[in-house]
Amino acid sequence: MKRFTQNTLFWPALTLLLLLAASSLFNPSFLSLAWRDGHLYGNVIDILNRAAPLMIVSLGMTLVIAVRGLDISVGAVVAIAAAVAALMIGGNFSASGEVASKYPLWLALGTALAIAAACGLWNGLLVVKAGMQPIVATLILMVAGRGIAQLLTGGQIITVYYTPFFKLGNGFLSGLPVALWIAASLFAALHFLLSRTALGLFIRSIGGNPEAARVAGVRSSAITLCVYTFCGLAAGVAGLIISSNVKSADANNAGQLLELDAILAVTLGGTALTGGRFTLAGTVLGALIIQTLTSMIYSLGVPPEVNLVVKAALVFAVMLLQSPEFRALFLGRGAAR
Amino acid sequence: MSNTEAEIVLRARDIARAFPGVQALAGVELTLRAGEVHALMGQNGAGKSTLIKVLTGVYAPDAGTIELSGKAISPESPIHAQELGLSAVHQESHLLPNLSVAENICAGRYPRRPWTRGGGIDWRETNKRARELLAGLGIELDVTQLAGGLPAALQQLATVARAVATDARVLILDEPTSSLDADEVKALFALIRRLRDKGVAILFVTHFLDQVYEICDRMTVLRNGKFVGEYACARLDARGLVAAMVGREIAIAEKSTKAQALAGAAAQPPVLAAKNLSRRGHLKPMDIELRGGEVLGLAGLLGSGRTELARLLFALDERDSGEIHIDGKLAAIDRPSDALELGLGFCPEDRKHSGIVAELSVRENIALALQARMGLRKFLKFSEQCALAEKLVAALGVKTASIETPIGQLSGGNQQKAIIARWLATQPRVLILDEPTRGIDVAAKQELMREVLELAQGGTAVLFISAEIEEVVRVSDRIMVLRDRSKAGELPRGADEDAVYAMIAGVPAA
Repeated sequence: MKRFTQNTLFWPALTLLLLLAASSLFNPSFLSLAWRDGHLYGNVIDILNRAAPLMIVSLGMTLVIAVRGLDISVGAVVAIAAAVAALMIGGNFSASGEVASKYPLWLALGTALAIAAACGLWNGLLVVKAGMQPIVATLILMVAGRGIAQLLTGGQIITVYYTPFFKLGNGFLSGLPVALWIAASLFAALHFLLSRTALGLFIRSIGGNPEAARVAGVRSSAITLCVYTFCGLAAGVAGLIISSNVKSADANNAGQLLELDAILAVTLGGTALTGGRFTLAGTVLGALIIQTLTSMIYSLGVPPEVNLVVKAALVFAVMLLQSPEFRALFLGRGAAR
Repeated sequence: MSNTEAEIVLRARDIARAFPGVQALAGVELTLRAGEVHALMGQNGAGKSTLIKVLTGVYAPDAGTIELSGKAISPESPIHAQELGLSAVHQESHLLPNLSVAENICAGRYPRRPWTRGGGIDWRETNKRARELLAGLGIELDVTQLAGGLPAALQQLATVARAVATDARVLILDEPTSSLDADEVKALFALIRRLRDKGVAILFVTHFLDQVYEICDRMTVLRNGKFVGEYACARLDARGLVAAMVGREIAIAEKSTKAQALAGAAAQPPVLAAKNLSRRGHLKPMDIELRGGEVLGLAGLLGSGRTELARLLFALDERDSGEIHIDGKLAAIDRPSDALELGLGFCPEDRKHSGIVAELSVRENIALALQARMGLRKFLKFSEQCALAEKLVAALGVKTASIETPIGQLSGGNQQKAIIARWLATQPRVLILDEPTRGIDVAAKQELMREVLELAQGGTAVLFISAEIEEVVRVSDRIMVLRDRSKAGELPRGADEDAVYAMIAGVPAA
């Protein structure tokens, strides 16, 4: 039992289970799954699908935080990627009534992702080469990035009519949402990279003691740059999924406050904000906790005007449950460790 | 003042304290007398720090009693201990750099202005109190300047002053001299003597044996958490003290005769040769050559450029000028990873800040440099890492519960050995050791120096940097002396300490 509770994933997993249990209390059919039209349907699938963009962004954020960084520009990068993709795919019916893409779909998606990665690289350069504080460095792009997205779209919501693009955010593959597949493969790829190469060791040493890592010959600057670039790329992927899901690019609202949800997901998952200690699986759980909370609030029928307050109260309760100090205080010393 | 009739201020009896898996203290006795300096001696891990933490209320003892002036006390926190009259200055207890000296000294007990004058903190009174306190201790210092701007030694003096500002009857000094040079130690000792003469009982912890004999009247020796004995300093010589600490006589590492190997080496081109190496404000242009199988000692005072030279060689700092040749070929060393690639290794002076990654395990810390050289993709398998760590931990005698223990939990000497193990794992051609023996105990020092000599015998070129001239003389084949950030000269093997001191001072040897 003790070994169980000591596992870093124990508390996030318990929290998620409690939330799911509470949801099914209010709505007995909450956990039920149905197979319809070759797809799997149900609240749980819906939560997984909606949580996918947040998961993807949070995975990038996890690595950035692990090297003692922070990226608060991810929301803006989501908006940029969405805007670029929507513009390149095109927003108008052609004369024949047939909807065509302005540029090939792969080129549009590739360009959007390349620009998102460049945004991440820019953040990394400011932090590594210019020596800026990560929160300040990424604040620049957080503000400017949304401005750039608005410039690109002319302040309008760009609607996309080209159907193949919708697959990303609405399609299904082997019965499961495409977005979920994307998040899962990203997680698997990262997990592979971190466990089969020395990347995990390097990231943990940079986060634990950057100076010692440098003295030991770890290429801290290069790795930190890569991590920021990856975070930008991940935000780009999330941006594509989000815009595909709503079939449009909304520069004003796409990815709004996503950076805060991502940081929250990382924290809920058990990654130390001080760097060094990180867990990808914990982050995935953290993102699921946040999405479950949101879904729960909607399904409870909480009026929209108190929505945020209820969410904040729930987040507060979740954070308390995960705080060792709080558990020691109220659940007895034994529960803390 | 060192007579047995002196009033006993503090008496700790039969102190025991256990941590999960370790009995840190058992049956420990300590008696401190008014107007005496008492040394607490023991190897790393002997229980000195734990005992101090018990005395100052950080840990509660599992058993035993503490009496202050005959009354039983049980300090609950460092602040409580201070209120009782027990103050401690730790190695790492620093002043707050962005506050003035006076603010630091009066921190936590600022004099208040009466409400008739608006209330709040009375800054004039704060400065006055600080000034009077320092003057009473014979320290000349402008109390209004920021503490962060003071040299390390003055900060240390002010820290001690702060500790006694509360009319401490017992003052505990935990390795106060480890980052001071000779003159600064002298100033600190003058302060200690003045406090002693005022009747303060002082507990002094250090790894420098000569300092113990210079300032202490009595000493208590601990070994493996147990009380070995209390001795008058005059009755136990250094050899006896070391034997008491270690529990056996230890052999002093000496250079073996290996003249023949050296004669061969001298003919070879140097493994590493740097020409005209400089960095403005840090090091004036300087040449250095290192040959395989040789230990080059680097001697000089604090600030003479010892560490700066080492950092430039390893490209930790950017150089303004200079070329580095490896095996006679010009080498592009622009960052530490380049140096690593070319077979250089560097054990930094500040273990905590730039050596260990505290959260990572001993295994990961040892594997780090080798893995960094092998790159991302050739990942050492878990089993390979374990084998490597096990082998080096055994070879260097690193004391750790397991190779999976976070390195931050090891004692200082064992952390140092693990960092050296990290570089041995890369089988370096040139190993730079910057103050490898700082803050570690006598026995560990000897083991380390033996390791250095063995390494050189295996063909590695070693650059050995130490503030302790005696150590440099003992292990080096050649000694390079630095003064004022430039090279003062070189001494051949066999030079004695006096010759080194003479060169440091810039006068011909007598």
